[in-house]
Amino acid sequence: MSARPQKNPRRALLGVGVAAAAGLALAPGVRLIELARARAAGESASSQVRWGMLIDANRCAAGCSACVDACARENSLDSPIDLRQRPQWIRKVELKQIGTGRTAAAPVMCQHCAEPPCVDVCPTGASFKRADGIVLVDRHTCIGCRYCMMACPYKARSFVHETLTQQKPEVPRGKGCVEGCTLCVHRIDRGQGPACVQACAESENGAMVFGDLNDPASEIAQRLRAQASAALRADLGLEPAVRYQGV
Amino acid sequence: MNARIRQHTTLPQILPGLALLLLAALFALTARAQDAGRTPKPTIIIESQQHCIAPPEKMRREHPDMLRHQRVRTVHLGERGSKVSLNACIECHADRQSGSVIGSDHAFCQGCHSYAAVHIDCFDCHQPSIRPNAPRLVLGATP
Repeated sequence: MSARPQKNPRRALLGVGVAAAAGLALAPGVRLIELARARAAGESASSQVRWGMLIDANRCAAGCSACVDACARENSLDSPIDLRQRPQWIRKVELKQIGTGRTAAAPVMCQHCAEPPCVDVCPTGASFKRADGIVLVDRHTCIGCRYCMMACPYKARSFVHETLTQQKPEVPRGKGCVEGCTLCVHRIDRGQGPACVQACAESENGAMVFGDLNDPASEIAQRLRAQASAALRADLGLEPAVRYQGV
Repeated sequence: MNARIRQHTTLPQILPGLALLLLAALFALTARAQDAGRTPKPTIIIESQQHCIAPPEKMRREHPDMLRHQRVRTVHLGERGSKVSLNACIECHADRQSGSVIGSDHAFCQGCHSYAAVHIDCFDCHQPSIRPNAPRLVLGATP
């Protein structure tokens, strides 16, 4: 089979146009609107923003599960049921290169693809991408068919098998729906970053950086510009918003 | 023949009884009118003294549409801080004892919904309580 084209050429052209317009409108380093802020009441998420994450596997300690624990705390994911059935929004993956024996560890969660396969296959439109690039499940429309779990190459989605009672008011979840990492959308909308990134910074590994990929002045955009990074399964052309170093 | 004649009663004979019955009926009617009318009503306790976002008549009739409309805007567009908010309903209307809007027929949501026989799906996913007394988390549960 021939290789898939990396991008729809029309989209690429559109992107260049938008970038050029933004560059003309704003002086370097000065932004008319600060994008990493809590939005005003009633304001929609902006398509000028694309939230993303950079994970440095060189700094991710093998035994550390600070991000996984923080995610479970933040989203109230704790459950007494079997580990294989328990919803899992983020997991630590340990990699070993067979030839050299080099090992690395990194968290893997929803990669918030620009071209998400979960959205393509969803029969009800419950799986969708928000304007700022966050891929979410609308549980009001999810019928629990789990097509998206099949379609996701990152195994990022889980199904809720049990009745839940200890949900947090800002993170509603329930039996019979598929769910996955929301990039802590409730925190982002308050102007904060994801809980896993905060926990990683507090653990002093500092392996995770969160920010706006579209903002050239953001830390994540600067690091992505300066340093080599990779998308997981880049061959699929999904353009994830989560990128890795040292894997 | 004699027996049948004896069974017949004249109006003046039953008049005191009739009058008593009429009085009793009148008394029962007025008592019920003073209570809650003839229709049974759900017994919900509204403890919050604040004003709701709309008059009660509008809220009673339109709250499902208001919530459904806003949930789409919140989930898909990312609008936050809207006047219409399920969490705000719960904050204001949760029972002071149980801290919940469901759980008994006096609770704010369940009271009316069980009276009207309308199933509430909201709390299959949304937290119905203002004090989620969750026993939090077993740490280090990384597979």
